Amino acid sequence: MAIDSDVLVVGGGLAAITAAIAASREGADVRLVSHKSSTLRQASGLIDALGYVPATEPATPLREGPPTAGRELDRDEWPDPEGPLADPFEAVDRLPETHPYRIVGADALREGLDLFDELAGDAYRGGHTDRNALLPTFGGSVKPTARYPAAAEAGLASDDRPALIVGFRSLTEYDARAFAGRLEAAGVPFDAAGAEVEFAEAFRADAKVTRLAKALDHDEDIDGVPAREALAKAVAPHLHDVVDEAGGVDRVERVGFPAFLGDDAGDEVRAELADRLGADVFEIPMGPPSLPGLRLEDRLFDALDAEGVRFETGNPVVGVETEADGRVETVAVDRKGRETPYGADAFVLATGGLVGKGLDSDRDGVREPVFDLHVGQPDDRYEWFVDDAFGDQPYARFGVRPDERGRPLDGDGEAQYANVFAAGGVVGGADVAREKSASGVSLATGLVAGRQAATEATQ
Amino acid sequence: MTRDTADDGDAGDATGGERDGGSETRASPGVPEAGRDEQPSIFVPDEGEVPEGAAGGDRGASDRAATDGGVESASGGSDSTELDPDAYDPVDVFPGGDLDLREGADSCYKCTSCDTSCPVAEVDDEFPGPKFQGPEQWRLKRKDDHDIDESITSCSNCMRCDDACPSSVPLSQMHNEARGQFVEEQMEKLSVEYVRNRILANYRTSARLASIVPRTASLAMNFGPVRWAMEKTLGIPKERDFPEFATETFREWWEARGGAQVENPDKRVAYFHGCYSNYNTPEVGKAMVSVYEHFGYEVMVPPQKCSGTPMFANGMLKDARRHAETNVESLIEAIGEGADVIASCTSCSMSLRQEYPELFDIHGIEDVSEHTYEALEYLRINEDLEGELADTELADERAFAYHAPCHARNQGLSRQAVETFRDVDGVTMEDVGDSCSGISGTYGWKEEKYEKSMEIGEEMFEHMEDAEGDVGMTECPTCAMQMEHGTGYEIKHPLQLLDETVGA
Repeated sequence: MAIDSDVLVVGGGLAAITAAIAASREGADVRLVSHKSSTLRQASGLIDALGYVPATEPATPLREGPPTAGRELDRDEWPDPEGPLADPFEAVDRLPETHPYRIVGADALREGLDLFDELAGDAYRGGHTDRNALLPTFGGSVKPTARYPAAAEAGLASDDRPALIVGFRSLTEYDARAFAGRLEAAGVPFDAAGAEVEFAEAFRADAKVTRLAKALDHDEDIDGVPAREALAKAVAPHLHDVVDEAGGVDRVERVGFPAFLGDDAGDEVRAELADRLGADVFEIPMGPPSLPGLRLEDRLFDALDAEGVRFETGNPVVGVETEADGRVETVAVDRKGRETPYGADAFVLATGGLVGKGLDSDRDGVREPVFDLHVGQPDDRYEWFVDDAFGDQPYARFGVRPDERGRPLDGDGEAQYANVFAAGGVVGGADVAREKSASGVSLATGLVAGRQAATEATQ
Repeated sequence: MTRDTADDGDAGDATGGERDGGSETRASPGVPEAGRDEQPSIFVPDEGEVPEGAAGGDRGASDRAATDGGVESASGGSDSTELDPDAYDPVDVFPGGDLDLREGADSCYKCTSCDTSCPVAEVDDEFPGPKFQGPEQWRLKRKDDHDIDESITSCSNCMRCDDACPSSVPLSQMHNEARGQFVEEQMEKLSVEYVRNRILANYRTSARLASIVPRTASLAMNFGPVRWAMEKTLGIPKERDFPEFATETFREWWEARGGAQVENPDKRVAYFHGCYSNYNTPEVGKAMVSVYEHFGYEVMVPPQKCSGTPMFANGMLKDARRHAETNVESLIEAIGEGADVIASCTSCSMSLRQEYPELFDIHGIEDVSEHTYEALEYLRINEDLEGELADTELADERAFAYHAPCHARNQGLSRQAVETFRDVDGVTMEDVGDSCSGISGTYGWKEEKYEKSMEIGEEMFEHMEDAEGDVGMTECPTCAMQMEHGTGYEIKHPLQLLDETVGA
């Protein structure tokens, strides 16, 4: 006997959650199955839509012969991408025809963002405008993004108030002085200074950021002083560190921290620090482990629960049973060695791309391992990449190619299964790292796949 | 390689010998499947055997070690002048197939998702986290002279890191192995800590003795001066209340009732009750029997010992193996008679399913793993539970604060209770969130860990108190202890509620 639902979503990231909620709102009974904890916890927590339109043709014709990455031969050269874009929507038409935005349409992106705004509620900002915001990221660059956590709001790069960037010696991947230097080099319209303060020293050198967040959440005693007060005291001597072009020194009006200011009680921690410092406080999104990602994961899984979607994590989908008419009837979930069938009228595949392991690759090819969907790729693996690391890497756009309903196509351009839909990173055609479009692609394709799957299941 | 068994001599070829030809089971860069058939068990402590040295490429590897301290490559490595670039793939330089955990260690790309998910690292900054305990320590161990870091004993074996790892690194397997090695080779066997851990790990032994005089035992174990003495001499925190021992164990009850009341060769289950529902909460076992008989199953109760969960957590792998041998033998027999194995404790089912085949190489252990289910999971798969519950109604409305045990989470079961009872009239069940209860079996029973344990549990206590219900619910007996300890709530098992519901 199979575990049945109308729509079964495979995956646990932003695309899967969006598809599950979109399907549920169309009246379908939805179940979500995710192999591992959501990859949202590795995400920055920024919701980008489209920040750049990268070139798809090299500046000079590609050199004859196979690519030679890493060897001392002539590299091919690629023009800089167009951007940062002020308006992601108006640029959609300039993307390649095979881009998911071109296939599902700019309206799907808009509706996906609307749904996100509703689910994220007051924890996120940016929904008031179509235009991108510019946010500092922890490498010291500035990223165009459509939505951002409220905790990052005071850090907007378009804000001209001087900023102090706080760092900690024990957080080695995050160097506040280099960060401030790079920000100024990027041409931000404000003065910035970086300062390394003593606070995290009270903890073990490699204490996890979750440890620091928990200490601030609970306002634990650090050598007899409550954690929030201790942190504010460590920062206070640096509030006059910013020097403007004329050599004048002003008290900063905003202070940026790496994103570990509390987990459950983040708003409270930030408010107390702001109060004690007399300046706005913001978080700078970081790489994994990412508190903004964890917070978003919590919020979106609560939304799934509220929507009545059933979900489980821990077991992978490993196989498919099809009916005679080419529809998928059940998928097999590997529950610690025993395969259990899960039946549904429609399926959404949202397992991620090459990094998320929704696509599997070895030196012979790139495959989609769950439904064995067609993934277009050159036969010669030397054509999977180009020499310039920042060029238009073909592998970056590998993935399944959907029709306008989100159904993956086979090698002949026909829907491979009538009732399978794809969303998020597993969908090819976008170079999300260069475009800054990963979240937007997940929202747009997730919305379409979820709605279409529900339609397919309930018609 | 840590294997060293007489009956598997060719394991040695992979490390010490030359491997001719490309390996059939070439390591694929995809997701490795931990602990499955192609990966032999790690710990094979036959009695009397001298424990192996550092787990690294032993047996002759010292004079053949690769420059990284690991195993010399099969095809000579990059120093070989004979390497023909057309004839090999870079992935072939490591012997594939039965090479123990290298593939798992290599799959780690240091995203630190495991560290973020670790409940101990969140409260204990002395604990370097699962990434260190797993792949990093595994690599360090390749050097013969490298000791296991003592911090491995702070890992509570909640196994959340397994669930968090996007790359399927077998973290808990690495932890279990390292902890076993630490206890075996580095821990002072006369230390209070060792003795205390051995007693905690062998809960079944104490429980069996206590059950002979259950009332006296329950009283004595919680008698103030006794507890003071236990904390001082054994490091068992006096704050905790010892669970009460049942006056009639589950097995006694089962025997008195004359065994199974339903016979059905087509629908059989072998009940792995574990220690706790036998000695402490037989009502859970009774509810299981009642529910399964309601659905027409013939219940078997084969002879059994401890599942091994507390032993793994304390690195007592020899104890665990001894118990596993009995369990596998008797469960295999039941499986041969057409039964699937079901457990009411999610740590027991976790152990039989995952840790057994990962750690031990016992005949039939894979079969046991593949035939084992958690009790509610099994009904959800095989019976129309939704249909059965759709028309039921509990006369008096009740609300529960449900906590999903970490080990349930890893089996994909963290939501099953909430979903099962969602549509039952008269039942409100609220999931109190994904935090760890903090007790993790024996972890919270150690004096030096008690405060950390309560700190981890604090989030759960708060959420329980926020929830509407004032009865707690969980599948795990030690989570239940912690829930009761932190909130004073009465704690039920989902099977008990299911029994009331289908019986209503």
